[in-house]
Amino acid sequence: MNLFSLALKSIKNRRFSFTLTVVSIGLSVLLLLSVERLRHEARESFANTVSGTDLIVGARSGQVQLLLYSIFRIGNATNNISWESYADIRQHPDVAWTIPLSLGDSHRGFRVLGTNRDYFQYYRFGRKQRLSFAQGNVFEGVYDAVLGADVARELGYSLGQSVTLSHGTGDVSLMEHGNSPFRIVGILEKTGTPVDRAVHVRLEGIEAIHIGWEGGRPTALARIRQSALDVSALQPKSLTAVMLGLNSPMAVFRVQRFVNDYSQEPLLAALPGVALQELWDTMALAQQALMAVSLMVVLVGVTGMATAMLTSLNERRREMAVLRSVGARPLHIFALVQGEAIIVMLCSLLLGVVGMLALQGIVAPILQQEWGLYLPIRWLSASEWLLLGLAFGCGLLVGLIPAYRAYRYSLADGMTVRL
Amino acid sequence: MNTGDAIRLHSVRFHWNQERPILDIPALHVAAGEQVFVKGPSGSGKTTLLNLVGGILSPQVGEVSVLGRNLCAMSGAQRDRIRADHIGFIFQMFNLIPYLSVLENVLLPCHFSKARMRRIRAAGETPQTAAERLLDHLDLASDLLRVPVTELSVGQQQRVAVARALIGSPELVIADEPTSALDADRRQAFLSLLQEECQRGNTTLLFVSHDDALESGFQRHIHLQDITLAMQGGTA
Ligand SMILES: Nc1ncnc2c1ncn2[C@@H]1O[C@H](COP(=O)(O)OP(=O)(O)OP(=O)(O)O)[C@@H](O)[C@H]1O
Ligand SMILES: [Mg+2]
Repeated sequence: MNLFSLALKSIKNRRFSFTLTVVSIGLSVLLLLSVERLRHEARESFANTVSGTDLIVGARSGQVQLLLYSIFRIGNATNNISWESYADIRQHPDVAWTIPLSLGDSHRGFRVLGTNRDYFQYYRFGRKQRLSFAQGNVFEGVYDAVLGADVARELGYSLGQSVTLSHGTGDVSLMEHGNSPFRIVGILEKTGTPVDRAVHVRLEGIEAIHIGWEGGRPTALARIRQSALDVSALQPKSLTAVMLGLNSPMAVFRVQRFVNDYSQEPLLAALPGVALQELWDTMALAQQALMAVSLMVVLVGVTGMATAMLTSLNERRREMAVLRSVGARPLHIFALVQGEAIIVMLCSLLLGVVGMLALQGIVAPILQQEWGLYLPIRWLSASEWLLLGLAFGCGLLVGLIPAYRAYRYSLADGMTVRL
Repeated sequence: MNTGDAIRLHSVRFHWNQERPILDIPALHVAAGEQVFVKGPSGSGKTTLLNLVGGILSPQVGEVSVLGRNLCAMSGAQRDRIRADHIGFIFQMFNLIPYLSVLENVLLPCHFSKARMRRIRAAGETPQTAAERLLDHLDLASDLLRVPVTELSVGQQQRVAVARALIGSPELVIADEPTSALDADRRQAFLSLLQEECQRGNTTLLFVSHDDALESGFQRHIHLQDITLAMQGGTA
């Protein structure tokens, strides 16, 4: 039995107050780690969603708003781009490829994205990875649908099944485009981006199901089965947004100016990286405030530990006097109390880490569903270790107060217990 | 002067504050193996004297030697080492650490003293067997070994304290009123056990008590008033 196990036994003797202290510091560490992880993962997740796209074009609004509704599918566009504008942009000599995006419908809570085959060829995410198919293939017909990985998994869909789309993007009982079912022809591999949560159909498909819905409600005409429709007549009149790839990165500002100065209609071309940065800048203050608050909470927890230990010292003066009489030096007494602070901190950090991982396990699916935010469960990052180290350091520093107090007591008291 | 002295005080003067000294002892010698009864009125400085010998306190003037080593020339850490290796203490009450078992309490000094461990090994024992032997001699049944000390009677606790003071055969045992929490009829039995164990190891015993009834068990008696020049504040 060394000093350490002596400290352990002494703690066991006061396990109730010890547990309370550990829980309070553990919760504060849990908060600190969760804030850090959410901050970091949200950024990663957002940054991974789009890569290789030079510009995003939409109706004139804020670039952050454009980024949010077109790429992250958060919120809705206030205005659309006309097909004529799209055609003009596509003709621009610097433009290598385009991906038209048409949003607005949903299927059982998942967004429906109208696009064309270029989407599967040019869309890149993460480190310039392209979309690949787990099953099936790209859509061909007007009523073909390609599902993101999560849509297929969560709804249990397989190739060949029929799905109907709903008008609007809410979760519950919207009006169904029931008379125009889509057939599932492809299921994508998981990407960890909002792509996983989209039902992809042809622009013409979106157009087809909205025939007769111009007023936002089905008319008699809409109820006619539209199978006989002429595909070439289904060219959409407008799009929600367009992703652009350019021949040369040098052309970005030229094309951006071209779009922003487009005279027929007010448009906006945003650089995804710049828009993303602006998004983070707007959230930076909130992040820092959250971080500061969680650090404060850790300090409060650690102060609680010092208080509990100082209180216990009075009861323990007798114990310290006995230890002195059997040969313990004041430094031993100091180490005994500091060792207790170390044990408290280690237990608290462990609790915080385990709690954070458990919490993430519970919250990650919800965040993914509600926000399209991917929080992969992983071991601690360097910055998280740093925060743990910081909390540990705070604990040790604050632990010095009762330890030094005990040291002074034992020097002054010697072997006699003063009350 | 006898070099075999366990304790030797020479021209020792000690005062707490800047006032007159509480102890002023020209000379005090206790031979190795001697058992000494120390008495004096309350507040006369008996505990202070034991703290001087135990190296917890240092006199302002004079020399305190324990087992031939001059404590006054040592650092605090060195005095702590002397105490750990060579002196066992028994107090009036609360000798034991409440969250340790009987055995763990007895073994406590071994963790702070390599010398005690060495002596246990030299005697062909382990700390555990040494503790069991001592507890057995002190009439503590072996089924008490793992019991929390808080479940013991006061008399049992004091005997555990004796075992702890004696483990690893320190040369000196200092007992500060170890019997005052005991019933009158248990005091004599306790003292006999303590003296017997000290005799067995030729351990020097410094025994402080108010209880004149115990005095007869000792050959040598020291009255603090007789050895100190300091004016006594207490009333006997
Ligand atoms: N830590 C201290 N600081 C200041 N004065 C002290 C301290 N400890 C003891 N004294 C004083 O020293 C004197 C002697 O105290 P001590 O404890 O040695 O007496 P004692 O003989 O052991 O008495 P008792 O028989 O009651 O235990 C007392 O007057 C006491 O007030
Ligand atoms: Mg006393």
